[in-house]
Amino acid sequence: MSDLRNITVTVNGTQFERSVEPRLLLSDFIRHEIGLTGTHVGCEHGVCGACTVLFDGDPVRSCLMFAVQSDGHEIQTVESLGTPDEMHPLQEAFWDAHALQCGFCTSGFLMTLLPVIEGKSELSEKEIREAISGNLCRCTGYQHIVDAVKEAIEKMNA
Amino acid sequence: MKPPPFDYHAPSDLSEALDLLSEHGFDAKILAGGQSLIPMMNFRLTQPSVLIDINNISELSFINPKRDGGLLIGAMARHKHVEHSELVAERAPLIHETMPQIATVQIRSRGTFGGSIAHADPAAELAAVSIALNCSFKLMSKKGERWVDAHEFFLGMFTTSLEPEEILAEVGIPKMPPGAGWALEEIARRPHDFSLVGVAAVVTLNGGEECQDAKIVFMSVGETPMEAHKAQSSLVGQKVSPEVIQEAAHMAASEDIDPGSDIHATADFRRHLAEVLTRRAVLKACERAKK
Repeated sequence: MSDLRNITVTVNGTQFERSVEPRLLLSDFIRHEIGLTGTHVGCEHGVCGACTVLFDGDPVRSCLMFAVQSDGHEIQTVESLGTPDEMHPLQEAFWDAHALQCGFCTSGFLMTLLPVIEGKSELSEKEIREAISGNLCRCTGYQHIVDAVKEAIEKMNA
Repeated sequence: MKPPPFDYHAPSDLSEALDLLSEHGFDAKILAGGQSLIPMMNFRLTQPSVLIDINNISELSFINPKRDGGLLIGAMARHKHVEHSELVAERAPLIHETMPQIATVQIRSRGTFGGSIAHADPAAELAAVSIALNCSFKLMSKKGERWVDAHEFFLGMFTTSLEPEEILAEVGIPKMPPGAGWALEEIARRPHDFSLVGVAAVVTLNGGEECQDAKIVFMSVGETPMEAHKAQSSLVGQKVSPEVIQEAAHMAASEDIDPGSDIHATADFRRHLAEVLTRRAVLKACERAKK
């Protein structure tokens, strides 16, 4: 009943060809088939935002899509941002402002925020809180995350 | 937390989708944005044996003006496109104001206008709003098409008048009459979460004073979006004053609805919220109608 489908997906600029079962979630595809484990799986029903990736540039919950639907599309995960030695300004600001403790939710926050801060010279606290309202963090109480976003925008405009 | 296996079809045009629906009907589910269906499949609350993915059907993604001043929105128009459409902002301000309230930004990237309506969750903003705006839905099958008015479409929780071989193809939104004002009010435990109670109101005033028509539609107080018929009638023909509006709000909460209790809110609390929110929504709608 559940046959395999061949798909071609671009993940962080690299094209991958894989055979997948139609029921395979995009989140599991990214982690288990592509081997990029920076995308975290929290609730698997679209509430926590930990698995957020960019799908053709838009933030989506990768647990609420099937891998087969990504055929011919582009995905960007947290691995596309920076390295420990050369962090993306947003990652650096998260580190600097103590915007994470356990870090489980962080990749989801980063991928949600990436398109939001792009090209912005300023965001109000209200706009930042609105932007992250689809991501849960159980450690920080969000204030440090809001601070980090402000700092990242300042850095990127400096 | 993984969906059970299913047969997957991804037709590239509507006629192919209708062929598949006529073949698989009862066993099939349509996969639009998937933002409600996939979590239900992950929980195995639903286990369709066939999925018809309509994301490759580009002909259903339009937002078009109607010659009479209204709008036609294709079922596969994504929430984010409706949210940022200038045409929607200009012609359907209630929908424009509703869109940012729907779920979260990640879900609005993917979720669709028609999918939200066809899913028929009684907490869904667009279900209540479509009744408040007198919308109609174009349902298509291999045999043909028919239009159903929003107030006749929702039959029960997750249940609509769609036949197994039918698909919701487009939504017709009438022009706002002159002298009409609108508002959406809702309360949720967290912004963007399912509302405990919500209400959409559209009020048309004659000469900025007398109520000519009123629509008050609740979400999250029953099996379907609930129209407050008694409260609506009580407003028509009256000069709208804060007292008249308060009376209508009380009537809506005490006579028009029979909300249930659950872990999120008791029935009494829901009635309380319904009264407060109705008062706020109708007041705001009347203020806008006067402008």
